[in-house]
Amino acid sequence: MKNSDWPLWEVFVRSKQGLNHKHVGSLRAADAEMAIENARDVYTRRSEGISIWVIESKNVHASDPSDMDSLFEPANTKVYRHPTFYDVPDGITHM
Amino acid sequence: MEQKFSLEELEKRFQDKIDNDIRIEPNDWMPDAYRQTLIRQISQHAHSEVVGMLPEGNWITRAPNLRRKAVLLAKVQDEAGHGLYLYSAVETLGADREETIDDLHTGKAKYSSIFNYPTLSWADMGAVGWLVDGAAIMNQVPLCRCSYGPYARAMVRVCKEESFHQRQGYEIMMTLSNGTPEQKEMAQDALNRFWWPALMMFGPSDGDSPHSAQSMKWKIKRYSNDELRQMFVDATVPQAELIGLKVPDKDIKFNEDSGHYEFGEINWDEFWSVVKGNGPCNEERVETRRKAKENGEWVRAAAIAYSEKKKLKVAV
Repeated sequence: MKNSDWPLWEVFVRSKQGLNHKHVGSLRAADAEMAIENARDVYTRRSEGISIWVIESKNVHASDPSDMDSLFEPANTKVYRHPTFYDVPDGITHM
Repeated sequence: MEQKFSLEELEKRFQDKIDNDIRIEPNDWMPDAYRQTLIRQISQHAHSEVVGMLPEGNWITRAPNLRRKAVLLAKVQDEAGHGLYLYSAVETLGADREETIDDLHTGKAKYSSIFNYPTLSWADMGAVGWLVDGAAIMNQVPLCRCSYGPYARAMVRVCKEESFHQRQGYEIMMTLSNGTPEQKEMAQDALNRFWWPALMMFGPSDGDSPHSAQSMKWKIKRYSNDELRQMFVDATVPQAELIGLKVPDKDIKFNEDSGHYEFGEINWDEFWSVVKGNGPCNEERVETRRKAKENGEWVRAAAIAYSEKKKLKVAV
């Protein structure tokens, strides 16, 4: 990487008030201000958003896909965490 | 963590995922050949979007009215965006963005040969939108289900945005066809020049496309080159007829039994000659891109210097 190459940023867009910011992609920019301006041009050309977050990609830490089983398998065996696990007598409607 | 499996076992698990239509994401294990195939394909796709701005950029200042000018500007801006989505997808595979761009500039990487043909008249803006974007959409819609997640997601965005590109091109052709005899002749001339190069956009015939079978097995490709080309011909010939234009192929004929159009032999010598760099505009296109990067170097350096300076100010 040369000195003039810009760092990579991850872009998150809130599509409308009341919804969360969602990852839409990445881009390169010299600083945060330029990253937001570029994100406006690259990811919201058709009114896709009302708010943008940018985070330098090097600051994102991710789980390792090979740890998927040990991280997420325990939840699969705990069906009692879902309401459908329980028997409710007929006639009970709002529970 | 992955060391606990042999290479053979990793490859088997990988292919099982593909066979079950589970997408591959950037940090997942993948065979080197799959990674290299994707880097080549996605970066060349990105280059095509970026080089594709040049033949149309040629007409922005000469669009016949403000409406057409605004539309053409929006379309060219979209192509820049599509190039950016694709370069970002390449980077998720560990490729260096600037190196992939330099590969274009040294001639190591290819881009779609269609952009090596010149755009000689305003009618070419119609033919490019209708035929070139039409063929691109035919290629890209199946790529929305490509096995590599970031590429598939980029394609979803691209296809959504590109649907207006083809329509605006067809509208230009329709308007010219309904105009004076000279205007209709312009439209027919543009169709004559772009028809065969558009059919060549789908690549060599299946028998001459050595990597196709592997790409199908990896579900990077979902249809063969010849299948996509046939879909394009079937869709496009009636569109030409509807606006009173004729595709320049004396062998074109609808086959009632198969439900498909039969069409003439493609000039593969021309195809390979343009791929190898001998098209009318190859040198000019690459030279324009190379100069753009060179001439922009000081801007990129200045932007970095400015951001460093701002950081220092905050520190004080």
